[in-house]
Parts: sequence; C-alpha cells; structure tokens
Amino acid sequence: MSGASGPVGPVGPEGPAPSGEVVDARGLRCPAPVIRLARAAKDAAPGAVVTVWWTDPAARHDIPAWARMRGHEVLDTVPLEEPAAGDAAHGPAWATRVRLAG
Amino acid sequence: MRTYLDAGGRAPVHPVAREAFLAALDDGWADPRRVHAEGRRARLLLDAARETFAEALGARTAEVHLTPGHTASLHAAVAATTRARRRVGTRVVLPAVERAAVIAAARAAGEAVVVGVDRAGRVDLDAWRAAVGATTALAVLQHANGEVGTRQPVAEAHAHALAARVPLLVDAGASVGHVDVGADWDVLAADPPDWGGVPGVGVLAVRARVRTAPVGPEDEDPWAPGGVSVPAAVAGAAALRAVLAERAAPDPRAALVARIRERVAATVPDVEVVGDPDDRLPHVVTFSCLYVDGEALLGALDRRGFAVGSGSACTSSSLEPSHVLAAMGVLTHGNVRIALPRNVTAEQVDAFLAVLPEVVAEVRGAVGAGGL
Repeated sequence: MSGASGPVGPVGPEGPAPSGEVVDARGLRCPAPVIRLARAAKDAAPGAVVTVWWTDPAARHDIPAWARMRGHEVLDTVPLEEPAAGDAAHGPAWATRVRLAG
Repeated sequence: MRTYLDAGGRAPVHPVAREAFLAALDDGWADPRRVHAEGRRARLLLDAARETFAEALGARTAEVHLTPGHTASLHAAVAATTRARRRVGTRVVLPAVERAAVIAAARAAGEAVVVGVDRAGRVDLDAWRAAVGATTALAVLQHANGEVGTRQPVAEAHAHALAARVPLLVDAGASVGHVDVGADWDVLAADPPDWGGVPGVGVLAVRARVRTAPVGPEDEDPWAPGGVSVPAAVAGAAALRAVLAERAAPDPRAALVARIRERVAATVPDVEVVGDPDDRLPHVVTFSCLYVDGEALLGALDRRGFAVGSGSACTSSSLEPSHVLAAMGVLTHGNVRIALPRNVTAEQVDAFLAVLPEVVAEVRGAVGAGGL
C-alpha cells in the first residue's frame, strides 16, 4: 500500500486533480514522508506540482516546514478519500499539493 | 566518558543538594506534622527550605507552597485558581507552547483558549491580551520555553492581567536558578530538579491577593496531600542557594549556546536552528535536521557518549511530535534538544559539535536521504 510513487489518477472526490506526480507516503512514519516527497521533487521539473498522500501526524507540520526551507509552496491540504476499506489501517489520510520552486 | 546535555527538568544533582539531602535523611526523616521533637526538627528544616524559596522568588514565606513535583504544581495551580473564580468564568488563556501539563490542566478545569506563537515560539501578545478579559478565570504565560529557550513577554502580559483583574500563572520551571524571573506573576511554579535539586518536590508561589480553592479530597496540606518529602525540599533549597551564589553574569553557558547555534548552522547541512536568537534562556538550544530520524540520531549520539533530548515524534511513545515545535511551524523531525548543565565545559560542547555533522550524515545515509 505504501511506497508507490509515480503518476496516478485523481486524488479522489474531495481532492483536486493533481497536475503532476503523486507520492504515496501513507502508513510511513516521520521522516519518511518528507524524504519520499523530496526524492520526487528532485526528479520533477521546476514549477511542477507534486502531491503527497500521508497519514503520519508529524507530516502535517514537516511538509510545510520542508517546503519553506526549500523555497517550495504548499498549495493546499485536503482529506483523502480512500475507496478501499483495507487502507484504513493507517488512520485518516491527507493529500498535500506542493508547487516546486521555479 | 559521558557528556550529559539533557538537563532540562532533570539536571545532575548538585553536590550541595546531595549533601543536604543526606543530612536531611538523618535529621528530617520524621513527619513534620507531628508535634514531638523529631517532628519539630523536620518541620524546622521544611520551614527553612520554604524561606529560602521565598527569598529567591521574591515572595513571602506564607506564599510559598511545596508540592510533590512540577507537574503537580501546575495541575494544582490551574485547578485551584480557576475553581476560585468559577463565577467569573471558566476560560483559561494560554499560548500554544505552554508545557503539556498546563494545557491538559486548562482543558480539565474549563475552556482552554489557546493563543498562537510566532516562528520563534513567542506568544502573539496582542492576541493573548485580547483574549484575557472579563470572563477569563486564569491567564497563563510561561517565563521562558524550556524546549526552545525563547523568553516570553511576561512584564507586558502581567501589566495587562493586573488591569483586567485576572490572575497570571507563570511557569518558571525552565528559568528559576538560571535567570532572574522578576516579580511579574501572581502564581509562579518553579522546578527544583531543573536546577540540581533532588526529584520529589515542586515549588508553587501564590501571591496572598490571589484567591484559590483547592480541588480534591480534604487534606491538611491541599497542595501536597499527605505532605512533602522533607529531604527533597531541603536539597532543592540548598541547590538553589548554591546556584544563585555561583551564578556569574553573563552566564558562561550563554556563549556556549551561541556557539552551538552558530556552529550547527554552519556545519550541518539542511538544519533549522530554532527559537529566538537573542532573547532566550542561557542554557537551552534546539535544532532540527531535515530527513533525519530523531530516534536514530539520539541513539547514534548516545553510543558516542552524548545524552541529548528531542521533540520528534519518533522519540516519544505517541505519534505526535512536540506541540511546541508544531505551534512554531518549524521542522519537527530530526530534532535535538539541548539543556546545558551548569558544570558543562567548552571542551564537552566542542566535542559534541565535532561529532554532530558526521552523525547526522550517517543517519541520513542510512535512509538514503543523502544529497536530497
């Protein structure tokens, strides 16, 4: 369930359609979500939007802090609708969109 | 050879405190509430300890209460002051960076009105003042934050609280014994183990003008049901007298903290040194390292002989990181929290600074985060 990263479909009914890559960091503990996000950001084009799915409470604070340190911009954070009941094992999931520094 | 850099709330016991504790075991083991010679001797020691605390805090002896510890002090202070003012209201106004015990006590006692802080951890004073008003039972503002070192504007806060006729609780647990705490408080809590006392006693000063209504079953001593540890109180007072007498101006630790802040920022890539750079405690310093697992970092430093603290989630039993770092909006993972004990040497600090960059690189490398 976790670890996949690559272009996938829409975030879900609640989330906006991502214009770029999605990093699935659900179920991962800090600092792994930010590391996954940073890896994706490194390979993405400047100005691209990267979306990260996360469940770890620390990610709520650390994704914006990382973005500030790197000059990126957090666009929004919305609850992630998860169709598969099996995914609920890790608690509520969120989707955060980050626009990379241009 | 160990280097202890995690003295916040639990400093190495001061030699004078150890001596006083052992002497008080011999002379003050009896129950001070009993009226025979042994009890009276313990009572005399306890009263002398309270006098020492009162003098150091600028309070009257009758205003100083002893409790089982700092957390108990904070719980009792919030509960007893708000209960006495329940006809005024139940709102407890406090910044988001207060100690967890204060926040929990405020929620238990009434309605916690939490005020935000800036990136340095300093309270939004305008918002705090706006929240402290006619229906406020208690206003709370720590003297300085024990996690990040930032000092709070207690003088301005107290002036407002006085004008609004709302009592101000000041948690000075990280400050007393290290800096002057002044007289800008109505209720003040101090933490003996933080300055080298023996755990088992807390100090709570309540100005005579502040009404309190103790919560809990009736007891002869509502602030410490069943009484306090006389040896711990004696040791705490002896340690306070000693550290105040030894205190140099400026505190030599302030230069070491400045050195840590400067060297860490210069030698560790992707690090965020947090807290106010100048208006801060002389012995507390905190920084967060990007892409670093706090638990792994603490473990790696521990193996090299350095004991430090952390506010990262992975170093606690819960999933939640430090509420202080979160409220400040700074990085919560890879966090290192340092509180220098008073006998720390420049050589120890330099040795720590020498190993830190390679330890951080090692921990980052282990998760493949190097070069990100």
